[in-house]
Amino acid sequence: MIQQEFTIQNKVGLHARPAAVFVQTTVKFKSNIIVEKDGKEINAKSIIGVLSLGAEKGSKIIIKIEGEDEQEAMKALKELVHNNFGEDQ
Amino acid sequence: MEKLKGVGVSKGIAIGEVFLYLPEEIKVDINERDNIPVSDKKKKLEITKDKSRKELQSIYEKMKSGKTEKEAGIFEAQALFVDDPILDERIMELIKQGFTLIVAVKKVFGEAAEEMEQMENEYFKQRAKDIRDVSNRLLRHILNKPIPDLSSLPSSSIIVAKDLTPSDTASIDRDNVLGFVTDMGGITSHTAILAEALGIPAIVGLKDITERVKQGDSLIVDGETGKVFINPNENTIDLFKHKKKALEAEKRELEKVKFNEAITKGGKRIEVAANIGSPKDADVSLRSGAEGVGLFRTEFLFLNRNTPPTEDEQFKAYKEVLEKFNGKPVIIRTLDIGGDKQIPYLNLEHEINPFLGVRAIRLCLTRKDLFKTQLRAILRASNYGKTRIMYPMIAVKEEIVEANNVLKEVKNELEKEKLPFDSNIEVGIMVEIPSAALNAEALADYVDFFSIGTNDLTQYTFAADRTNDNLSYLYQPLNPALLKLIKMTVDASHEKGKWTGVCGELAGDPEAIPILVNLGVDELSMSPQKIPYAKKIIMEI
Repeated sequence: MIQQEFTIQNKVGLHARPAAVFVQTTVKFKSNIIVEKDGKEINAKSIIGVLSLGAEKGSKIIIKIEGEDEQEAMKALKELVHNNFGEDQ
Repeated sequence: MEKLKGVGVSKGIAIGEVFLYLPEEIKVDINERDNIPVSDKKKKLEITKDKSRKELQSIYEKMKSGKTEKEAGIFEAQALFVDDPILDERIMELIKQGFTLIVAVKKVFGEAAEEMEQMENEYFKQRAKDIRDVSNRLLRHILNKPIPDLSSLPSSSIIVAKDLTPSDTASIDRDNVLGFVTDMGGITSHTAILAEALGIPAIVGLKDITERVKQGDSLIVDGETGKVFINPNENTIDLFKHKKKALEAEKRELEKVKFNEAITKGGKRIEVAANIGSPKDADVSLRSGAEGVGLFRTEFLFLNRNTPPTEDEQFKAYKEVLEKFNGKPVIIRTLDIGGDKQIPYLNLEHEINPFLGVRAIRLCLTRKDLFKTQLRAILRASNYGKTRIMYPMIAVKEEIVEANNVLKEVKNELEKEKLPFDSNIEVGIMVEIPSAALNAEALADYVDFFSIGTNDLTQYTFAADRTNDNLSYLYQPLNPALLKLIKMTVDASHEKGKWTGVCGELAGDPEAIPILVNLGVDELSMSPQKIPYAKKIIMEI
């Protein structure tokens, strides 16, 4: 299993379109993906779960991935977070 | 053949077939259990999800390519709820407990939607609607009931509904819809506005037409007279085919005059401008022959979001319109919101009587942070075209003075920051409260122009809520009481060398135009589709 911490930098946080884009990415991978925020863990392939985190701008999240394509998955999610989920600004 | 009469809210004739749109909720007995093996129910669930996912995908693809790109994303996101593993798990649990598949889906999705609804945030409330939408789609597939959907219509459809909401019509199939008829709704309902925008006929307030027609019945809709014919006979069809042809000929005629200046036979030039609600409306306005924007509503920037729009965001939107109008005047109305419109992030106090509460300029003067940001954005945009500022809901001169003080402050700031703007920017007010019209003479000293908002002026003069169907008889914008107020405003402005426009519904009303012109109104601003005909009428006065 690999894990990494990220800070959400985009304006609306992990809501709205960014949440959808995030889940659209996680479901492409076979690995189990979990997001942890303030001790709460959710299935990263669940839009309901991701929305329930309430990750605003500035929140710290930990992404944990376990499975055959864990490296690729982490790479893709890292890129997504760093690019602010494709939001302009 | 059956004949009904309602209120025609958008002109034109449609001859087509009934598309009955009745998106009722599916009733489910929430305790119902069955003995169907879990594996069978699971299989059924998979098939249902598969169908729903494919449907949503195809709606998404279809909308993505049209002008509906933004709405397409809604359906892409809805697909995520279909396959949500958390919801899946909860559904399986209920199925294992012996609940029917219907109950399991209804319960799990319903609870998820309720959770979202409880959040204070507009975004989550919208997602709750998505979750219910997805739930209905799944349930209808399980029950083999057709999915109510307006995104893919048979050709020549006339939509018959109880009422239409923005979400019903977001994905409407524009190629195949010929008209709207509804049981409910008034002249300012969403159906009316949408029909105008699409340039198709609409009749509202038909009370029970949804019970009188069947799917596929043939229908004639005459948006001018408000008449609807159900299963018309041959003669009637012929008659309306002729009428339709004549209307289309008139439309072609209008094409020829729409870019001309509107000058009366007596030689008075009337400026004909467009009311717009977002930069998206700019192109259609210019194509219709608009000589400017008489009312640029800025509320679109503030709705459906979690935080107020930034100065830059606003600046970009205003600049876009000003550049498109390329030197033609654009009147930007400052935020007209409060009370009746819910904007969670503004934390507005609940009011018993929102139409008489802290709305529009009253709100801006108590929330100067919002007001200043907007004025800064407008001023910065004024560098890109002929800009005018308009304050809504002015009742007394003190409000103008206070608003102008804020404007002055903002101008000073921009000067200090060396940001360019039009330092002679014109400032006007909406005259929509009787006190402003009655005292127009005094107010004229503080403004460059007046613009009469006839919708609100009518409702405030007759003390009748214009969205209340039972009071529609009091919606009398041509009543002498109203005309006197209009005349007072026009005369007061002219005496002081200023001008007066009209930007309410009345400005585009063929019956009202000659009256307004005779009262001395200088400018008429209306929904873009009405401009060509209005110009023709003016030229014949």
